[in-house]
Order: sequence, then C-alpha cells, then structure tokens
Amino acid sequence: MKFENYMTLEFPSKSANEAFARSAVACFAAQMDPTLEELGDIRTAVSEAVTNCIVHAYPDTLGKVAVRLRLLDEDWVEIQVKDWGVGIPDVDKAREPLFTTGNEERSGMGFTIMESFTDSIRVRSKVGKGTTVVLRKQIAHRPALSR
Amino acid sequence: MHFTSFLQNGVLTIALNGEIDHHRARGYIEKIGAKIDTYTPDECVLDFSEVTFTDSSGIAVVINSMRRMAQIEGKLSMTGLGEQPMRVFRASGIDKLVQIREVV
Repeated sequence: MKFENYMTLEFPSKSANEAFARSAVACFAAQMDPTLEELGDIRTAVSEAVTNCIVHAYPDTLGKVAVRLRLLDEDWVEIQVKDWGVGIPDVDKAREPLFTTGNEERSGMGFTIMESFTDSIRVRSKVGKGTTVVLRKQIAHRPALSR
Repeated sequence: MHFTSFLQNGVLTIALNGEIDHHRARGYIEKIGAKIDTYTPDECVLDFSEVTFTDSSGIAVVINSMRRMAQIEGKLSMTGLGEQPMRVFRASGIDKLVQIREVV
C-alpha cells in the first residue's frame, strides 16, 4: 500500500490525554472524507488502544505514548499506538473478551472493541520493552460525493 | 460532571452526559452508585441522550450499575442510546443483558 500522508503524536500516559488523542486522530483522518460512523469507529479504536497504554503499559509510572496515523492509498487508514512500558506476557490471553488485569473500572473488552471497529489488528509486545498495536481500517467513499 | 436525575414511581432516571472514557469512568461509577444508594429505586434508567461518545469504559460503568441494582434487588435499563454508544454496547453484547427502553 502506497503511503499518502501521515502525522505523529507523542504525549505522557495521563488519562486526561485520551480525549485529545482520539480527537486529533479523527481530525486528521477527516481528510479521507469518511462517514460519521467510520470516524466514530476510529475514535473508539484509538481510545481503547491509548487507554491500554495508560492503564497497563505504565501501571505505576508515567511513560511515553506515541500515536502515528498513516493515510494509505485505496482509502486505508493505519493507526499505530506504541508504548515503551511493561509489555504483555500473553497477547492471546489479553485479547480474550472479558479478560482484564485492571480493576472494576475496566471491562476487559478493549481488544474486542478494537477488533470489531477496525478491519485488522496486529499486536507486538515484549515484556519489559513495550507494546505496539497496529490497526487498519478501510474507508468507504461517502455516497454521492465526488472527491 | 453533573447528572440530573429524577425519581418517579420507584423508577430513578439518571441523565448522563459528555464522553465516557477511562479518564472519567470512575466519576460516572461513583456518581451513579451514590444516587442508587440515596434513592434505592426498583429500577434505574441510565439515559444516554446527552452522551456523545463512549469506549469500553462505558461497558464497565453499565456493569457496575447493574451490580449495584442487583444488590438492592432492582433492575437496570438504558435509554436514548446514540449510534456510537449503541455500536460499542452491541459489540460487547451488553445490549442483551440490559433492557433498552424507547425514549420517553
């Protein structure tokens, strides 16, 4: 897939930054002319991925979170969310619905939501080194709009 | 964050608002819990009409409210779900556990 445009964001793992991250990504993705539903899906998936970094990657410290959004040809968006935190010992387990190591404020549905709101998800993680989540979603043309 | 609520015939309706994410989830859980404890209703209706966004943190808010109502042998329902919150609740299956009421 040919790359057409990109942006990167970097911020500390403070929960106050969740809203900023999902809004900034949605703003940039808006140039692809997505439907409101697609924009909502992107916002939701980014919110889940960034929350994982804040809650799990850096449980007791503040660390760096990097979000990169690439707009690719054929109307694909690729969202990469990266941290340098504790890593996930068992990625398959972490992706199971309802599995969580969080407290009662967490539902264990983060990865399930990311999966249902995007077309593909790739998770790379190394204990003690960090985790990278790459999400891809194809944007349909809005009907009756020429671009 | 301030939620309006009213009690009528044992039904407590709580109007939520804004964006529900991990940053704000604890506040939602505590506020809803405090209202349920105060009014001990037969039924609690969470009104999402003014909620513009939720992620999986909203699922935790609903599950916690459901547990709180179960403790007093009451039930929980939801209403006024916009498109985005509805998609999140459908993907998680929570829409099958909690009754969704038509907007009154």
